[in-house]
This record gives sequence, C-alpha cells and structure tokens, in this order.
Amino acid sequence: MAEKENTPPINGEYKYGFTSDIPTDYIPHGLSEEVVRMISEKKGEPQWLLDFRLEAYRYWKTLEMPRWAHLDIPPIDYQDIIYYAAPKQKKAPGSLDEVDPALLDTFNRLGIPLEEQKALSGMAVDAVMDSVSVKTTHREKLAELGIIFCSFSEAVKQYPDLVRKYLGKVVSYRDNFFAALNSAVFSDGSFVYIPKGVRCPMELSTYFRINASGTGQFERTLIVADDDAYVSYLEGCTAPMRDENQLHAAIVEIIVEERAEVKYSTVQNWYAGDAEGRGGVYNFVTKRGLCRGDYSKLYWTQVETGSAITWKYPSCILKGEGSVGEFYSVAVTNNRQQADTGTKMIHIGRNSRSTIVSKGISAGHSQNSYRGLVKVAPGADGVRNYTQCDSLLLSDTCGAHTFPYIDVQNPSAIVEHEATTSKISEDQIFYCNQRGIPTEEAVGLIVNGYAKEVMNKLPMEFAVEAQKLLSITLENSVG
Amino acid sequence: MQPILKVENLRAGIEGKEILKGINLTVNPGEVHAIMGPNGSGKSTFSGVLAGDPRFTVLGGSAVLDGTQLLDLPPETRSHAGLFLSFQYPVEIPGVTMVNFMRAAVNAKRKYLNEDPLSAAEFLKLMRQKRAIVELDNKLASRSVNEGFSGGEKKRNEIFQMAMLEPKLSILDETDSGLDIDALRIVAGGVNKLRTDRNATIVITHYQRLLDYIRPDFVHILYKGRIVYSGGPELALELEEKGYDWIKEQVGE
Repeated sequence: MAEKENTPPINGEYKYGFTSDIPTDYIPHGLSEEVVRMISEKKGEPQWLLDFRLEAYRYWKTLEMPRWAHLDIPPIDYQDIIYYAAPKQKKAPGSLDEVDPALLDTFNRLGIPLEEQKALSGMAVDAVMDSVSVKTTHREKLAELGIIFCSFSEAVKQYPDLVRKYLGKVVSYRDNFFAALNSAVFSDGSFVYIPKGVRCPMELSTYFRINASGTGQFERTLIVADDDAYVSYLEGCTAPMRDENQLHAAIVEIIVEERAEVKYSTVQNWYAGDAEGRGGVYNFVTKRGLCRGDYSKLYWTQVETGSAITWKYPSCILKGEGSVGEFYSVAVTNNRQQADTGTKMIHIGRNSRSTIVSKGISAGHSQNSYRGLVKVAPGADGVRNYTQCDSLLLSDTCGAHTFPYIDVQNPSAIVEHEATTSKISEDQIFYCNQRGIPTEEAVGLIVNGYAKEVMNKLPMEFAVEAQKLLSITLENSVG
Repeated sequence: MQPILKVENLRAGIEGKEILKGINLTVNPGEVHAIMGPNGSGKSTFSGVLAGDPRFTVLGGSAVLDGTQLLDLPPETRSHAGLFLSFQYPVEIPGVTMVNFMRAAVNAKRKYLNEDPLSAAEFLKLMRQKRAIVELDNKLASRSVNEGFSGGEKKRNEIFQMAMLEPKLSILDETDSGLDIDALRIVAGGVNKLRTDRNATIVITHYQRLLDYIRPDFVHILYKGRIVYSGGPELALELEEKGYDWIKEQVGE
C-alpha cells in the first residue's frame, strides 16, 4: 500500500483550493483487472458486483474516448491515475469520535459541519472525500420514515437487493466511455431510496471533495423514488488547486416511479485551473433519470462554474405517460475553461412534456457549448417540448456554441426552440457605475439577472451561495 | 462659499473628434442651471464627460465637484462623491430588480463613506419614502431595471434613483424627451421636491417646456462645443421665440 505526499496547491482566488493533510490509503497507479479486483476487495463487495465491474472494465478496454464534443481535451494517460484513495481510518467509523478530526475540519471549512448537533438543519449530508463516504448526517431521523440515505458502499452491504435491482439500469456500463470506466472503478457515492408515498422532509445532499493528488474521483449516485414519493437532492463539489489535471468521472442514475417527483440540483465548483489553463478538474459525467412511472417528474438544475473541462448532459427518459422532465442550467466559463453541456429529453410516453432552459455565460478565452437532444418516439402522442437556449458573452475572445438536435418521429409533437446570444453592454456597466456600483459588482448583478430564471429553481440554501459563485467566477473578466 | 461644480476650459471628444471646445461653468449650492442648444452642440457629451462615460476622451481642462477633482476618478467614485446623471435613454438590465439594483447602489455609496450597509428593513423603508416623491408604483420597484417600462416610467424611475442617492449635483439629460404632460409634471415635481440650498441641478434640454416646471436660475446656450450665451430664465423664453437660428446670427454665422 503506497502512501505519498500530496502535491501542494498553487495560489489563487479559489476559496476551496486548500489541501488537507490527511493520511491517505492509495492503491498503485494505473488500471488493470487486478486494480478493479483490488477496489472491490477493499470494499468487501459481493461477487455479482465484482462481475459487474469486470464486465465494465473489459468493455471499457474496447472503447476510445469520445471526440465528438466541442472540446479540446489533452491526452489523458489512464495508467497514470490512482483509482482509489481513501482517508485512512482504522475501520468504518461507527461514530464521529472515530473520524479523523482533520477530516471533520476539512468539511467545516467547506461549510458542511458533520457533527449531528451542528449539522445543517433541514438538510442531510453525505460527505464524500476522494473515494469514500466520510459521514452521512440525519440518518436515523430519515430511517424513521423508511428513507434510506447512505453511502453507496454501505448500501451494497445493507441493501444488496435494492442496489442490484437498480444499478446500471438507467446508465448501462455500455453507455459510453466514461460510464464504462466509472462502472469498473467507482468507489463511493450516495444511495437514496424513498419509499412509496413518502415525501422526504429535508433536502438530501452529497458533498464531493477531492483531496488527494494524482487521483481521480469516480463516484456513483443512485436515487430511487417509489410511487408518489418526493425528494429534493443537492450535490456540491470542490477540489484543491493543483497544477495537474484531475479526472472526475461520475454516474448519477435516478429512477422515478408513478407520480413520484425528484429534484436534482448541482452546484459544480471543481477547481477550474488557473488563468493560463494549467490544472483543473476534468469533469466527465453521465447523469440520467428514468421517469418510469406515469405522471412522474424529474427536474435537473445545474450551476456549473468550475472544472477545466466539463462534459455533461443530465438527461430524462420520459417513459411514463404524462411524465415531465425539466432541465435548468447555468454554465459559466472563464479564462481557458471549456464546457460542452446540455441535456437529452427522450420522449417515449404519451403526453410527456419537457422544458429546457440553458443559460451559457462565457468570458476570457473560454469555450462554452450547449448540446441538447429532444427525441420523440413514434408511439409518443401529444408530446410537448420547450427549449430556450441563451448565451451571454463577456469578452471578444470567448466562444459560445449551440448544438441542438431534434428528432421527432411522431407528427403530433409540439417542439419549440428559442435561442439568443447577447453581450453585456458597456451601456449597462456605465449605468451601474454611474449609480455608484463598481464594475465587478455590476457584472455580478447583470449576470445573476440573466441567470435568474435558473437560479430561482435552486433550493434556498444553495441559491445565495450560487449567486456569489457566479460573481466570483467572473471576477476580472470585464474591463 | 464653495461652488458645487466648477468647470474650467473643459475640452473633450469622441473617436478623435473634438466636441467640447473649452467649457466654463460655475454652479453654486441651491442653483438650477439650464443648458440649452441645438442638436449636436455637445450637450450630452458634456453630461457624459462629467459622469465619466468611457466613450468620451477628456482633452483638457478641469471639473471640480464640491472640492473633488472629477476627471481622474472612475465613474462610480464620481457617483459616491455626489454626482448623479439622469440618463436620456435609461438602460434596461433584465432580471435585476430595482430593489436589488438600488440596494447595491446605496450600499456601495455607504461603503465609500465608511458607513455600514442598510439592513433590509431600513432599505425598504427608504424606498417607500422616496418612491412617493415621483409617485412610483410599488410594482415598478419589484420589476427588472427599466425593462418594459414606458418612457414616462423610465424617467420617473431616474428621478426616484436620484431621490435615493441624494446627490449634491444632479444632471438631467433631456429628461423631458418622450414625456407626456402628466409625466412631465410628476418628474418636474419630483425634482423640485428634492431641491435644497445645499444641492444643485443642471437641466439639459432642447425646449423651454420643461423650464416652465423646473425654474432655472441661469440659462446657458451651448453651441458648437462652447457656451456662447448665458443669462437668466428669460433667455430660454427668447430662444423659444426666436429659434436657434438667432444664436447662429449672434455668433456671426
């Protein structure tokens, strides 16, 4: 078992760019069947899950990295990545007393207290550092309602039947290159099950933190909302600032049964690299929900401000009759950041409806693309889709691109697409300046105004933070 | 007595073209000055240069606001120092409510003055008081800045902002353009209510009409980048009667 020093973070304005000095277990660099077996063994997994991983690994080996996105991705040496890194703990902590205080301190600094007495009320948090879940708060309270909210590893042990029933059913390991990779080496993540008829009384949240250097984070989230259930789920992420690029390839699968409703909100603030584009996280994520039940609803809201490169398309398969999928996105890119993000709305059920609101904000030398698919299957009568896709440019050197794909195979469908591109005008800035508002603050105001429709969809706890984040991300971007 | 504004030999231009060719103007506390002139004489350039509009380049001269040299300061600092410009064409900022906009503006000024920001309650109370001055509807205050406002609403909104920021010097740039008579009365009424013996107003206008409602102490005629004529309120009436051609004759064209 190798133990190594974390490379020190570099300086900059990114508030979450610190590293924590926490003894960490690593496995050796590289990916092989042996490594996959090692991860599975470390987690004490059953045979079926090991088989799932190995099948995924063997399939991944036959694939090449996708090149269709409007992204310039430097070659990634998959043998140079550490696929498992875990803060050292003697055993799974039964209580917080057994958790390394440096770990608790890290999450405190991130604004996520894990002690039950201090834990955010109205929000249960699963805190994931590198490859493992550190702690899940409010579990007992949720358990009284029959709600399961725990780390993925624990779910495998305690609810193997549920996990086995749903794992890979929405995002198959054969889905794409990164999905196959994740399926082979995924380490931890969150598992949520909301039983029939239960409305989850608090926000559920997972906070992902990369700490160790030279590692990738490959987490997996599985959310199941049974008939008539409701849950609002939040995801936040940060990482230290480093010169190297770190790979984050996650999978999120959501299953929404009859009349159930799931809201999934993300504030993605992985380290974005410096102004010259050195370092930063590669965020290659597959997120998809299956609205299986009739009249089920799935809402994706994302605020993407971080990562050097983002490749991400949270999607809805609208299988149930009258099912509803919505996607609200703000994607901000500055400096040398690149984002290719959007959604897929696959209409299979009759009278299914979808709404897409995408707001891209580009500054510096960044490239920001919206890519979306609206597909209507032949049997899906009465489908409606509305897509609004706006781009705001803050510099003359950035790029904003829109790639909408519309594939309608049923003549009764009504599909609308609206798109705009605008620049923050000097007039707007001067107007703010004249009223005493300095330029940076003015840009923050204007951008938040532009993104308001999406920000309003975020839960209150996140909205304020997300607004600040938008302003900070764009500091020094106009002038 | 220190003047509120003292402009000396101010020269400025846009894209290499000189527009203001040496302006001299002194405005004392409590005074209202009207600046009139034909299109293209430099009226809006004058207000833009004083406010720090980055489109214009200062070529020479000075402008002092209540003891503060203006021309080297960024526009927001000029605002904090007490300069307010009511825009001829108020700018729309989609998605930003008037409440948020004004709170940012008021608190930026308070920060400059080393004062604590206003609490939400204090701020809303202040808004309520000031709104009444221009009969601005509560609904307007919760809408996005100038977005979808009628011409009259936009101008009332400008005067409302002036009331909120309590400037030493207000420059009203063609505030009467696009106003019907009722809106004009409300806007002018608002300006008059805000007059004290410690602040001052410059009214830039094309027509005498606004000056029936906001009585100037002095009237200046700007022509080809210079103030060619100054006088009392009767000058505006004379101008209205004789037209701008009369000025051209006076300056020997």
